[in-house]
Amino acid sequence: MQQPNRLRPFFENISFDRKDNEMVINFGPQHPSAHGQLRLILHLQQEQITKAHPDIGYLHRGMEKMAENMIYNEFMPTTDRMDYIASSSNNYGFALAVEKLIGLQVPRRAKVIRMMLLEINRLMSHLFWLATTALDIGAMTVFLYAFREREYLMDIIEDYCGARLTHSSIRIGGVPLDIPDNFIHDLKAFLDKFPQDLKDYEDLLDSNRIWKMRMENVGVISKEMAQSWGCSGVMLRASGVNWDIRKEEPYELYDEIEFDVPVSEKGDNYARYKLYMAEMRETSKILYQTIKMYEGTVKENQTELMAHAPQYISAPKIDIMTQNYSLMQHFVLVTQGMRPPVGEVYIATESPKGELGFYINSQGGPYPYRLKVRAPSFWHTGILTDLLPGSMIPDVVSIIGTTNIVFGEVDR
Amino acid sequence: MRKYVPKDDVQKKAYYTDRFWVAPQVAKSPVETDAVFAADLEAIKAKCEVLDAYIQVDQLVVLINPNDNFTVAQILKEECGYNQLSECSAIDWLAKQKQFEVFYQFLSMSKRKRMRVKCFIDKEQAVESLNPLYRSADWAEREMYDMFGVKVNNHPYMKRILMPDDWVGHPLLKTYPLQGDEAASWYEVDRIYGKEARDIIGPENRESAVVDRYDTERFGRLGHEVARGSEFDENQPVTPLAYQEEGGVFIVKKFQEDGAVTITDRKR
Repeated sequence: MQQPNRLRPFFENISFDRKDNEMVINFGPQHPSAHGQLRLILHLQQEQITKAHPDIGYLHRGMEKMAENMIYNEFMPTTDRMDYIASSSNNYGFALAVEKLIGLQVPRRAKVIRMMLLEINRLMSHLFWLATTALDIGAMTVFLYAFREREYLMDIIEDYCGARLTHSSIRIGGVPLDIPDNFIHDLKAFLDKFPQDLKDYEDLLDSNRIWKMRMENVGVISKEMAQSWGCSGVMLRASGVNWDIRKEEPYELYDEIEFDVPVSEKGDNYARYKLYMAEMRETSKILYQTIKMYEGTVKENQTELMAHAPQYISAPKIDIMTQNYSLMQHFVLVTQGMRPPVGEVYIATESPKGELGFYINSQGGPYPYRLKVRAPSFWHTGILTDLLPGSMIPDVVSIIGTTNIVFGEVDR
Repeated sequence: MRKYVPKDDVQKKAYYTDRFWVAPQVAKSPVETDAVFAADLEAIKAKCEVLDAYIQVDQLVVLINPNDNFTVAQILKEECGYNQLSECSAIDWLAKQKQFEVFYQFLSMSKRKRMRVKCFIDKEQAVESLNPLYRSADWAEREMYDMFGVKVNNHPYMKRILMPDDWVGHPLLKTYPLQGDEAASWYEVDRIYGKEARDIIGPENRESAVVDRYDTERFGRLGHEVARGSEFDENQPVTPLAYQEEGGVFIVKKFQEDGAVTITDRKR
């Protein structure tokens, strides 16, 4: 341990005096493939890693502290900044936790729109993953192609909520808006074209010798290790555990939808890559079904978008503008915030990265007494401690790539 | 007299609460209503004391003695099939009852059930690490220590995780200030350069968005470009704001607004 004083401030880069051959290097936090702000302290024997200490916290913004000091609705835009690649899924995780705490019933149309947004976000996130991982490994073309498709999806999201990255597109109790007229048309057009795009990526990567050498049998996570480290999402399914929260503990209308959960037994980087590709196909399947479901709600004239709970949720705009009492309630809800009942809740959702959970302890006040975000990437970064020893330095890049960590949600 | 402000909880408060307002409760149901949870609870009760148990929002909540946390986790993992520790953290109740609440969130994939184990510990009391059972406890407990100062026994690498190693204080405590005070603005200056340098350096600017138009040393004035360090003067000459030099630049074409086309259909 260093003894910092006025003349010798605390040095982040530690100096070493060692007799053996072990070398200690810093990987990041400014390394381009460290996905933001990951610093790894790697102990090396030649090129092989003997010990790894992931060091996080460079993007720590104290979101849990912020949550304790603002009303529930105010926190919604902050959740955008966690997993900023797929921000609607964070919005949704938080909204769902508060809804369960209050016991709200969300209207069907809002549920369908939410599912659409979530799945579009999943596609965006997976495409982004594919692009950046391929870029880390050196496949520049895939990066450009995948970003092109992601751009179309961001346009679609922009048509809905006006934002490309920080969506804030979901409210506690429903969604703020109905989807615009061109939304279904654009989405369908994209989905019709998308299988061909996926095929293009796979043509470029699947039998690519370099890609295979960098991915196959690299970063193998055993089933026990994945479970013990609290892995979720693709990280877990690539290791042979069939667990998708959308299937096992269905929320929204996922129980009405037919989709498969791709699972692999291998647990290496290549298995995770294949699962991401398979998941994108499943997600397109889900999106086609949600379009049908949306058309069903149009047919049955289910136009409600927000839950009806005047104590917690503001009334529809038309009521606020015409009825005095609604206006008063709206004023109180906006200035002071809703006060959910006393109790605690932990709700997990399947975000693109894995199990995104929100633990909320409410003491009946307008601010949560404690809010804990269970971000999947946090544990997927932690597993590097056990995963990296034994592999070579170049493997570090591809392993970090396939863990799909986003530092907005690791550090919160 | 200065107004007294309690120091044990400096967090923001709602500015108005009705005197007669009674907070409703989230419903708790008895454990017997769910056969799976009832069996789990029996398994825990066989070896440890259970202070309270109920089901809230479809999840079992069990309150135990803090010394039993490892035993209970062992029972849950080995006998009840709770194969993941998905979350672990603490809640600061120091202002109310001088205690921390530590909670462990478990998931059983075989039963598709989630449950929460809670215990209350005193301020200086440490809990046993669950790291030998669940590796995920490693980082979760480090974060709990970092944020609350709750110590964990037999942890392999008990270090701060999110905050820097030399940080003072634990940010999620309710006593932790929400804003830096006078001392905080001098902290880095004193530490790095010494108190003597205060006059030269000045207090740390903690509002990163502040732009001082009178400070020509650090800020350029848009539209009135002057030499660095020169005095502020109202009659400074206006520097025209052109986005491109007259006559153009090599290769780059000048943007013609009249000739611009808006694409309506991108042929998706």
